[in-house]
Amino acid sequence: MANSKLKTFVNGFLRENPLLVLNIGLCSSLGVTTSIFNGLGMGVGMTFVLVMSEIVISIFRKLIPSAIRLPVFITVIAAFTTIVQLVLNAYVESLYNALGVFIPLIVVNCIIMGRVEAFASKNKVGDSILDGLGMGIGYTIVLVAISLIRELLGGGTLFAGTALKVDVIPEAFRIGIFNSAPGGFLVFGILAACLQAWKQYQKNKADQAEIAAMKETEKPSETTEGGDK
Amino acid sequence: METIKLFIKSALIDNVVFIQYLAICPFIGMTNDTEKATGMGLATTFVIMLATAVTWPLYKLVMVPLGLEFLQTLFFILVIASLVQLVEFFLKKMSPGLYNAMGVYLALITTNCAVLGITINCISKNYNYVQSLVYAFGSAMGFLISMVIMSGVRSRVKTANIPKAFAGTPILYVCASLLSLAFLGFKGLIK
Repeated sequence: MANSKLKTFVNGFLRENPLLVLNIGLCSSLGVTTSIFNGLGMGVGMTFVLVMSEIVISIFRKLIPSAIRLPVFITVIAAFTTIVQLVLNAYVESLYNALGVFIPLIVVNCIIMGRVEAFASKNKVGDSILDGLGMGIGYTIVLVAISLIRELLGGGTLFAGTALKVDVIPEAFRIGIFNSAPGGFLVFGILAACLQAWKQYQKNKADQAEIAAMKETEKPSETTEGGDK
Repeated sequence: METIKLFIKSALIDNVVFIQYLAICPFIGMTNDTEKATGMGLATTFVIMLATAVTWPLYKLVMVPLGLEFLQTLFFILVIASLVQLVEFFLKKMSPGLYNAMGVYLALITTNCAVLGITINCISKNYNYVQSLVYAFGSAMGFLISMVIMSGVRSRVKTANIPKAFAGTPILYVCASLLSLAFLGFKGLIK
């Protein structure tokens, strides 16, 4: 039981990572990741909306008629997004300005809609919280990874916008393209490729172990086709 | 002249997908065949125009006088969702042929960031009604262009010899990155 709970939680980190594997909710992940501060801020905001929406919808899952569930979901998500928007505007003005249109766009982020529809509307509150947290953390990890690479190579700094700002690369050696639009796509593509390579490596290892086990029991080994899309 | 400038700016220089990173989900998910991509692009164009035409007056004439600006996100997404539903009903009744062609895409458009993003941008950039409509149309055309280009690129990618790790979606982001680099070249078009 505890094991399956842990699995629900960890699932979103890498194996079912919403961004790199499921390819949903991409817009904000590319749009805001020009600095670690922005990436982390977006990740936290998004996780908050995701967890809160999953909690509310999971509590009321038996009361919501299935015919009008989508408008209900949207309203709940939009309410929490507005809360994030107002809080950021009031307390972290610089982040609010940097994220711009991507804060209201949390509403239409497919990750939230997807998790609410696929998970929270069918599972208990506790599981939904774990699922939301796991997915949110997976999202945040990727956001921070992308923004780390982009900020380092493009801007030459780390943690710009906070008190911890460090200049790493001198101005003459910065690669500006990473800070502008093409760099976002490129970094994301390479990260997705890395994850895919890692998964293939794991799969090959598992396959080989399976074949070795089969040989030991002296059964005819079946070669499995690689499940490429 | 200003209108034409705004149109070119929103369609090419500030391209929704390649420069502003909006609507990447359909851009990756729906471009595996040109016909589908065009259908999605046209349906989205229609909804974007309709949504902008409704949300701008709603914001300026109803929400501002009542002091409800902070509910912008909630109102806009509800307006867009109900508009999409209305269009769906309308098409089903009036033109089943068009419904069959566009129906599949309509449901997805509600969660298309470009629609909400463009309506919010019109307000935050302080455009007047005509400017908003031109901006929306330009952006929608930009979306359509990028969908069609990407579907063309994908048909070539399918037959190419790709490193194993990049097979599937990762290569698409690299393609998008190169296309985005090309679109960055439009930057000098208008001062």
